Amino acid sequence: MPRPEVQAPPEIFYNESEARKYTTSSRIIEIQARISERALELLALPDDGVPKMLLDIGCGSGLSGETLTEHGHHWIGCDISQSMLDVALERETEGDLLLADMGEGLGLRPGVMDGAISISAVQWLCNADKSSHEPRLRLKAFFGSLYRCLARGARAVLQFYADNVKQTEMLVSFAMKAGFAGGVVIDWPHSSKAKKSYLVLTCGTSSIASLPKGKGEDGEMCSSDDDDDGDESNDDQTVGTYGRNRSNKRQKVNKKNGRGKDWLLRKKEQMRKRGRDVPADTKYTGRKRKTRF
Amino acid sequence: MRLLTHNFLASNVKGVSTGYPLALEVAKTSIKEVELNVDFLRGILPKIDWRALFAATSAAGFPELLAAEQPPEAELFAEGAADVEGSAIRRLHHALLEIHVQEGTLVCPDSGRSFPILKGVPNMLLHEDEVNKLCQWL
Repeated sequence: MPRPEVQAPPEIFYNESEARKYTTSSRIIEIQARISERALELLALPDDGVPKMLLDIGCGSGLSGETLTEHGHHWIGCDISQSMLDVALERETEGDLLLADMGEGLGLRPGVMDGAISISAVQWLCNADKSSHEPRLRLKAFFGSLYRCLARGARAVLQFYADNVKQTEMLVSFAMKAGFAGGVVIDWPHSSKAKKSYLVLTCGTSSIASLPKGKGEDGEMCSSDDDDDGDESNDDQTVGTYGRNRSNKRQKVNKKNGRGKDWLLRKKEQMRKRGRDVPADTKYTGRKRKTRF
Repeated sequence: MRLLTHNFLASNVKGVSTGYPLALEVAKTSIKEVELNVDFLRGILPKIDWRALFAATSAAGFPELLAAEQPPEAELFAEGAADVEGSAIRRLHHALLEIHVQEGTLVCPDSGRSFPILKGVPNMLLHEDEVNKLCQWL
């Protein structure tokens, strides 16, 4: 299935049947809850037990808001889809809901919010769904009004799905133009499925001292791992002619040697970086079986 | 919609410079009790437009809840006031967080544009010709 953004405008895509999924599908609920938890973690609110006033942009059926409520915060959510808000009303979410389009600018007084989160919403701003839509103006209006309504030093954490690097750059550059400091935090960058991008922005202070690290990005990159086996595969790098009647010598060698412990450890590391559950390395890992087996 | 949210809302219709406070017309309200948290109220009080809040409580049919002119801070955060029934802080808490406007209208003070509230959700969507093309804040 293609991403929802390429199928229809949000107020049409999130119709009753699509909105229904957000109460019935345990998979969607689980993913939304996990992302919201992470967003709240990145928001790094002071740990003083005082409830904060937060904004949830593109709150939909209020799944992300539920996480905020669990942590004791008050929130205001806005969404463009009436059907999604109807579901939120049905679920009796604690926060207040607004039917509003973030691309028109957030209708809030300056400096009133202690923080903002948004789960899988801001990428919609890159689309022009109506003839009157101009993505650049909408992005400008959104980030400008977001900057305005946040209190000094407040953070905004916006999780988004970008189509490509250009789109990410566009979002970041508009955020910077509006006056925010910050950048993109990517969790599980090596996995195509678990990869999640968060735009972490601060308002009013010169910069975030150190941008929080994404999960699974410590250690080397996947690509540098490939270089590790340079010594073994040096023979393969020599230039050769690949004719039709090339011998299948290379395959044979692989078969004889087996994949070995190094290969196994490398693969396990790779999977770990993608955020999969991988058993720990022990002395039994990749050990040869006895010959009698 | 709670009155706290109403207090934070502004209209962003084209050509409007401030856009708040929005005038509130109430057709139906409901009361939903929540736990009182003094620290939250202390933090939120400086951000509140008191006159707008007073106007909103009056419009919602509770004109006796709050003082008209300014927040009586000494009385609000007096020791032990949170436990006394009907104290200033309890009334403020009730006004901000427990009164929900279910049906009504919000009216922009500058342009006169009205935003309907249905099932507690204000419809803040603008028409195409009301959207700010040249953003005032950039």
